[in-house]
Amino acid sequence: MKKTTVSWIVLLGVSFVMAMSFPAWGADTIKIGVIGPMNFMQGKGHWNGAIMAEEKINGKGGIQVGDKKMKIELVKADSNEFINVTDATNAMELILTRDKVDFIVGGFRTEAVLAMQDIAMDYKTIFIGCGAAHPELCLRVAKDYKRYKYFFRGTPFNSTYLVKTCFIQMATVGAIMKKALGIPKVKVAIVAEKAMWVDPMIKAAEGFIPKMGMEVVGVWRPSAVATDVSAELSAIQRSEAHLIFTIFSSSVGIPFARQAGELKVPAVQVGINVEGQKDGFWKATQGMGNYIMTLNTYCRGVESTVLTKPFVEGYVKRFGETPTYTADTYTAIVLNLAPAIEQAGTLDAEKLIPIMETREFLSPSGTVGFMKDAEGRHLHDLKWGPGYLTSLGVQWQDGKLKGVWPNKWKASPEAPEITYKGIVPYKMPPWVVKKYKK
Amino acid sequence: MRRGTMLLDILISGLISGSIYALLAISFSLIYGIARIVNLAHTAFYMVASYCIYLGIYKLHMHPVWGMLLSVIIVTLFGLISYKLFMDPIREHEAAVLIGTIALAMAMQEIMLLIFTGDYLSVPALIDGYFKIFSVKVFYQQLLTFVVALSILAALWVLLIKTRLGLAIRSTAEDREVANLMGMDESRVTMITMGISVALAALTGAVIAPLTTLSPFMWTHPLIMVLAVVVLGGMGSIKGSFVGAYILGFAEAIVVFVAPMGAYLKGSVALSIMILVLLIRPEGLFGVVFEEER
Repeated sequence: MKKTTVSWIVLLGVSFVMAMSFPAWGADTIKIGVIGPMNFMQGKGHWNGAIMAEEKINGKGGIQVGDKKMKIELVKADSNEFINVTDATNAMELILTRDKVDFIVGGFRTEAVLAMQDIAMDYKTIFIGCGAAHPELCLRVAKDYKRYKYFFRGTPFNSTYLVKTCFIQMATVGAIMKKALGIPKVKVAIVAEKAMWVDPMIKAAEGFIPKMGMEVVGVWRPSAVATDVSAELSAIQRSEAHLIFTIFSSSVGIPFARQAGELKVPAVQVGINVEGQKDGFWKATQGMGNYIMTLNTYCRGVESTVLTKPFVEGYVKRFGETPTYTADTYTAIVLNLAPAIEQAGTLDAEKLIPIMETREFLSPSGTVGFMKDAEGRHLHDLKWGPGYLTSLGVQWQDGKLKGVWPNKWKASPEAPEITYKGIVPYKMPPWVVKKYKK
Repeated sequence: MRRGTMLLDILISGLISGSIYALLAISFSLIYGIARIVNLAHTAFYMVASYCIYLGIYKLHMHPVWGMLLSVIIVTLFGLISYKLFMDPIREHEAAVLIGTIALAMAMQEIMLLIFTGDYLSVPALIDGYFKIFSVKVFYQQLLTFVVALSILAALWVLLIKTRLGLAIRSTAEDREVANLMGMDESRVTMITMGISVALAALTGAVIAPLTTLSPFMWTHPLIMVLAVVVLGGMGSIKGSFVGAYILGFAEAIVVFVAPMGAYLKGSVALSIMILVLLIRPEGLFGVVFEEER
């Protein structure tokens, strides 16, 4: 073979490798991978939030990157993580190697996100987690900043704060029960699905509930996908619990609420029930999920900030349902990534990270800021509390999801009272009132 | 908790879970006993039946009873077509049947996922409400499941023992070749048995659907439990399936009430019991010793 032919082949090969390695840098679009369980409510939230972000950004002509405007292009990746974590890692590999996305948003189950996080870090790609709550995801950033600095938590705030918020809501409901029903010491049954993110929450609950003047009467751990929990409910009734502290992110939240409602179990439900955040919950429980209370991010009619109403109503108009927290891919793209890119004038992760980790911005669910740990190391974890993100307590009241918390909440005796616009009083189930009213 | 009330709780919960497993396991055993078909798509038919009821009630606005009837008919026809297309041609090769039926089940799952997505759905109970037995609350629907399980067992007994079809089915189960030589249309008998088996799976779906949450993946856990029940009871033995179902149902109830923190382990404990029994009695409680050919 002639020398010139070999040179041409080498040149072509090098060009091909270069073209495959840096497509986005020379492209006119910013590719954002949206990864989640797309056949499930959580993944639909990821995708719908991202669609809204795409429409908003591209409607304005794109993101200003240096001297040119770049539109965003979404790449959908089905992680199927409820069924198989391997599917999630494969999907992550694919969007990074085949689609060569510039940024990634999404993920839901901690078990899957931990694995997906490592892959995104291998490719030094910014990954904003929009679903998993385990603190380890962000502790990794502090422990090994060089490797994990590309990860940011987008939503929800970590499980330590989730449980803290739940405790505050539980204490609020406990106080209402004590006052209205004259129960001297509220008995609490902890019912938590078997999942990794729940484990630290149970330990915290067992330790903290007695400090709130209540008594833990038992802990039940049904499977996350259990379809019949009548045996557990019988045991809970035997324990004479007044309040059931639920921690459910999966389907078990539906049969638990439905069967508890059908059996008129004389205990109120407070905590986390992700299925209960969804519009379809009422129908899925045949209306038996009435009065259950859950932590939530959005609720129609409740405004945490001035951005809440435009986002929630826009989402309802576009998709016909209330957004759940995984729809915060919208916040991750529009309010976190886009302004940081415009400020840096580049898509280079190394230049974006210092901007992203120090920025604070208003979002539809509160003010977003990122924490440092006790040693001053970046965690890329969300700040919680008054002035930042607090989430909501919502309750199903006769077919409608209503915001019931924060209602005159004081984070400390000196702190100002917080009540978001649209909050209504908490209602106790009539059969609970009937059972305990003296 | 007082020991007496806990025992009562275990007894009632075990009877209810056992009835649900029994309904599925009996119909699974039937087709294995007759045609040696390990139909791993069995609980997928139950899943499809549940979705058909949902479709009938909410999309076609039918009364739940008519919705259930329609679902049993549709799923039975679908089961017969599936048998003719996917199982009959390969039924002599047991490994191929195993792989073929699991593929069929997964295809059904994916189709349901495409049509209904992964959103969790539910259907209303045939009989709303609950009653109390010594202060233990029991849904009427659960009582119905228990009654249906017993009725099906009785009906199957009558069919197998008192009718000519039953005689043909039992003869075929005993020895296919001899039954053929005696002039019985073995293929037809198997087809009818398959129809009965799938119809029972659909009926189970109809009875249990109001007690559960509909999802395209709802067939996997019952399949594991059904396999455990039939192996425990003895492959192909209807009586064994019935007894095995209640043993596992009680095992699950005991785990929930005695070790609430380990409630998620109830399935694993049930499967461990199955393994334990198999170690002592490999043919299962009521099964025959495995042979090359019967």
